[in-house]
Amino acid sequence: MTSPLQRKLKISGPTVITANRLADGAVVWLANDGRWAETLTRANVVTTSEEALRLLDIAHGDEREAVGAYPAAVALAKDGTPQPATLREKIRSSGPTIAFQATA
Amino acid sequence: MYIHDEFDRTFLKERVAEFRDQVARRLSGELTEEEFKMLRLMNGVYLQLHAYMLRVCIPYGTLASKQLRALARVARRYDKGYGHFTTRQNIQFNWIKLAELPDAMAELAEVGIHGIQTSGNCIRNTTTDAFAGAAPDEIEDPRLYAEVIRQWSTLHPEFTYLPRKFKIAISAATHDRAAIRVHDVGLRLHKKDGRTGFEVMVGGGLGRTPYIGQTIREFLPKEDLLTYLEAILRTYNLGGRRDNIYKARIKILVHDLGAEAFGKLVEEEWAKIKDGALKLDEAGLAAIRAHFHTPDLPALPEKPAVLADALKDPAFARWHAQSVTAHKVPGHAIVTLSLKPVGGPPGDCTADQMDAIADLADAYSHGEVRVAHEQNLVFPHVRQQDLPALWGKLEALGVATPNVGLVTDIISCPGLDYCALANTRSIPIAQQITERFADPERIADIGLLHVNISGCINACGHHHVGHIGILGVEKKDQEFFQITLGGKGNAKARLGELIGPAIPETEVVDVVERLVDTYLSLRTGPGETFIAAVERLGVEPFKDSAYAPR
Repeated sequence: MTSPLQRKLKISGPTVITANRLADGAVVWLANDGRWAETLTRANVVTTSEEALRLLDIAHGDEREAVGAYPAAVALAKDGTPQPATLREKIRSSGPTIAFQATA
Repeated sequence: MYIHDEFDRTFLKERVAEFRDQVARRLSGELTEEEFKMLRLMNGVYLQLHAYMLRVCIPYGTLASKQLRALARVARRYDKGYGHFTTRQNIQFNWIKLAELPDAMAELAEVGIHGIQTSGNCIRNTTTDAFAGAAPDEIEDPRLYAEVIRQWSTLHPEFTYLPRKFKIAISAATHDRAAIRVHDVGLRLHKKDGRTGFEVMVGGGLGRTPYIGQTIREFLPKEDLLTYLEAILRTYNLGGRRDNIYKARIKILVHDLGAEAFGKLVEEEWAKIKDGALKLDEAGLAAIRAHFHTPDLPALPEKPAVLADALKDPAFARWHAQSVTAHKVPGHAIVTLSLKPVGGPPGDCTADQMDAIADLADAYSHGEVRVAHEQNLVFPHVRQQDLPALWGKLEALGVATPNVGLVTDIISCPGLDYCALANTRSIPIAQQITERFADPERIADIGLLHVNISGCINACGHHHVGHIGILGVEKKDQEFFQITLGGKGNAKARLGELIGPAIPETEVVDVVERLVDTYLSLRTGPGETFIAAVERLGVEPFKDSAYAPR
């Protein structure tokens, strides 16, 4: 029987940990060196729930740098580079799909 | 406009200093995110997809030119050079850094504006008619009462932690231009037996469970406004659900109890407090009225020669037909500035535009600008003889698109391009529609048509009350959109009817065009508007055309 205290995180493929940087809200990803990176390509990609939980613990323990950390599924390019797997994450990664100051 | 006194100025300065300290403590790690989140929200600071968003309150949608210039400065110095006007007469800045927020707020406080109570489960900015004080069909300027409510509700200790947010709107005109029936409380100022008072509606709202507000009191004497609101809020605060965020708005309580039973509870509470300290008297109202600077407009000739000449120009005539509204003082006009250019995000305004609009407000509208809930701006007091010159300047600024009230005057939420809650994008749909319907003659022929778009069920784009409503839903990471027809947010408010299954993003503009073409083919004549045709025919013929095999 599973203890109610045991945390669960189910992932079904390559996953990264993402958050918003505290100082300016910019989108960041947890990198291999344990720091927050500004590009998804530098993110630490994990494939098991245990690894994802471990990274999430690191992220949640670092609320002075980044907030609201969560696991996000990614797709891997042929060279193994992570790409956003959903429209939401594409927009977070690349910015709004509309031009700024269109009324100028 | 309302002129703040020393009390307001001191309060705002102290509030900025307090927030500056809170930000410093958060950045140093002294405050956790959990501790800080509530504090930032109480100052209108959200964390969205890409950055912090600051929502700035524009009380009852009235801006002095110097306040608009301050918004421009904030957009330029602390954001990316633009802001987004919302359906609640506020403005949002999408790219502000946390560390710079106190400085931005300090600049706004210098001109008496702020983000307090633009978020959180409290009483939000009371909205009203963007034409208030200028419209010929109003019985009294409703902003006086909106200001009374602002003073009462700001930091109200009992109502700072309500079950959910609370929105009040007031209309004092025959035509409801404030969508009062889809607010938690809607107030309609009217006269009865020579006295002024309010029809009080409660439980309206959109979101995932939309309801039209129901009248619980046909006539409330104006001096009882605050005591009655206090009774409503207290009844809601005690009875509203706190166990389920989706069932916590007052509309759910009113629906569950029934409007009559809810009204009875309010009346019982009111009986205890109606003659208390909150009862308004004429001296108190006069003191607040004295803080409003209202221009003394002389009556001038109607349709002066310069205007009559300009109306011979079809382009000017098209703009005049859509953007110029009658004023209560002869020889004057109300001018709506369209923030819906072809291909542009609805409601966006650049810092340069804000500065230029502020200059034009000084030159042509007694330094006053309004924010309309349709996400446009308004010059409330323009001399008719100045309209041709003003039009040229507004055109040069890109805010004279002749589409006010037409199919491209779209209300749209920010959608997934900015919002952390959204399921789909909204703005690109709006842009595509404005591009498809770019021809000004075509949209003038189509006539009055409100298209409202929301990127999720929270309905910030008011899709339920659009003549055509468009709601984004996500299916397996693909954007789909539900279409509703027949909604309206005016005095005869009605929720739109869903016409069928959601359609892919790529088909939305085609479907909107088919709905419009169906209307054009079935209308009795140009005098029958889209919404009138839907009401006469029902949604079936529109549904058939929207889903016809291609």
